[in-house]
Amino acid sequence: MPVYLIKRIFEMIPTLFGITLITFFIIHLAPGKPSDIFSELNPKITPEAREKLEKYYGLDKPIMVQYGLWLKKVVRLDFGESFSSDRRPVMQKIWDRKKPLLERRLFVTFMINIISVVIILLIAIPIGISSAVRRNSLFDKITTTTVFVGFAMPSFWLALLLMMFFGVYLHWLPISQLKSMNFDSLSFSGKILDVARHLVLPLFVSAFGGIAGDSRFMRSSMLEVIRQDFVTVARAKGLPEHLVIYRHALRNALLPLVTLIGLSVPGLIGGSVIFENIFGIPGMGQLFYMAVMTRDYPLVMCILTIGSMLTLIGNLLADIGYMIADPRIRAR
Amino acid sequence: MRSDKLIDLFWQRFRQNSLAVAGGIIVLALFVIAIFAPVISPYDPHEIDRKHILEPPGLSHPFGTDDLGRDILSRMIWGGRISLAVGFVAVGISTMIGIILGALAGYYGGWAERIIMRFIDIMLSIPTFFLILAVIAFIGSSIWNIMVVIGLTSWMGVARLVRAEFLSLKEREYVLAARAMGAGDLRIIFRHIMINSMAPVLVSAVLGIAGAVLVEGALSFLGIGVQPPTPSWGNILTLGKDNIEIAWWLSVFPGLAILITVLGYNLLGEGIRDSIDPRLWETERK
Repeated sequence: MPVYLIKRIFEMIPTLFGITLITFFIIHLAPGKPSDIFSELNPKITPEAREKLEKYYGLDKPIMVQYGLWLKKVVRLDFGESFSSDRRPVMQKIWDRKKPLLERRLFVTFMINIISVVIILLIAIPIGISSAVRRNSLFDKITTTTVFVGFAMPSFWLALLLMMFFGVYLHWLPISQLKSMNFDSLSFSGKILDVARHLVLPLFVSAFGGIAGDSRFMRSSMLEVIRQDFVTVARAKGLPEHLVIYRHALRNALLPLVTLIGLSVPGLIGGSVIFENIFGIPGMGQLFYMAVMTRDYPLVMCILTIGSMLTLIGNLLADIGYMIADPRIRAR
Repeated sequence: MRSDKLIDLFWQRFRQNSLAVAGGIIVLALFVIAIFAPVISPYDPHEIDRKHILEPPGLSHPFGTDDLGRDILSRMIWGGRISLAVGFVAVGISTMIGIILGALAGYYGGWAERIIMRFIDIMLSIPTFFLILAVIAFIGSSIWNIMVVIGLTSWMGVARLVRAEFLSLKEREYVLAARAMGAGDLRIIFRHIMINSMAPVLVSAVLGIAGAVLVEGALSFLGIGVQPPTPSWGNILTLGKDNIEIAWWLSVFPGLAILITVLGYNLLGEGIRDSIDPRLWETERK
């Protein structure tokens, strides 16, 4: 197992290299230049000033040279300075050590995604199991239909409907930002409650699609396992049904789900652009949107690279989880 | 004629699956609405009517009007054209790329396969929605750009599928027989293997249209997709968000249209899969 694992980790390096190469070229070769934005903001800018700016940012060099310079810094986890007027280091923008955790963008996005994965699993697994065990029952039919509709639900529309109902109509929940204006004056438990209230709707939106997808997946995985011989054997030797399901069948049915969680990382990260923008949450997705709008290349590249790294790590963790859970693979 | 019989069999199974038929009807209806948009939309989707701004649904405007007094139903009917076009063109592009790369990898193996598979791994690890967002924001959000960029970033699933099909089909006796009779690579790829691997590709293409419709909706909603005044379901929803406290109809109807469209393609795709795959037919009917 360690040999496989080490090989697996080393294989991530060329993949990550390929990711940065492809994204760097796509981002930098797309028509238009960041200096277009400067001239939009300041129409009086002279061509000389534009050239100076491009030189300052190194955009006048050939693309391969630019990539080499970028890569040289990135291996030291330095993603360069932002093109925006504050010219802060990009890393500081996504992870500002001087600020509390809740104001560090990477932390906010990471936290929301982790919590929603937990919610997804806590809800999807039981639903999937029950509808597989009681196949074609009323419960199964209702959940299957709900799941199908949930699968087709555009997350941004769900967000709008929830905002309208719980925020505008009922006034129960706040519909934007991560905390209230009076946050600093609240007690510790008040602060937690305040953030929790702000997180309810975004978490619901970000978990919704996953719950639909994973419960359906869990159902078919469970159905597949229940048909197998060892389950019949377990029943034949007189085990009570709940032991058959929860001790024998469930463990095997959970295996494919581990891989699915790893594969769902890019989707979750991509979804964060949508719900962070709708709910005004100061995370990576919102920052990415702003970076894209101002053609802030270093910031765009930084977030794309970190997003891809998280995906690769997610897949690796899924593989490790699979190995831990499945002795057949461990033995290899 | 064996193929006729297969199609009959498929059709027989498909007809009995009421969800699949429902999906087919939804998709058909979307086509009809898109084709006859100029005839059936009650108003000109661009017609500004300052006397009827933000009017709630009523007899003259069944889905209400927007902040410029434009009729929402008409705008949604025309928006249906956009989502249909984006869905089909984007999936057309991604399916073509997927088939070509998947066939190359599966048929030839060796270094071609290694490079293509690595490329797929790389593309799958990039959060594609971020990439789409960035590229479209940079190159401008014309509808062609949106279709092409979605297509270029969503071919990986098809490529994997086609490769797997090729791997299993290329060793079959009938392929060996064709080769023994002197058929060239191209003939074997297109005439013998491709034909037999089309069913799963069709299913994944239909499901892919649903995905493309969702992405276009999200992009337009974020203001990076189809730009007003061209109507699209996503950009009507943006207006809904801006007027969330006063005009619910701007948020409810276009979203419902996206939901029904995606549901239609999903039902149709899964229906086709169930009707093609005899194993599923015996063991489980959804």
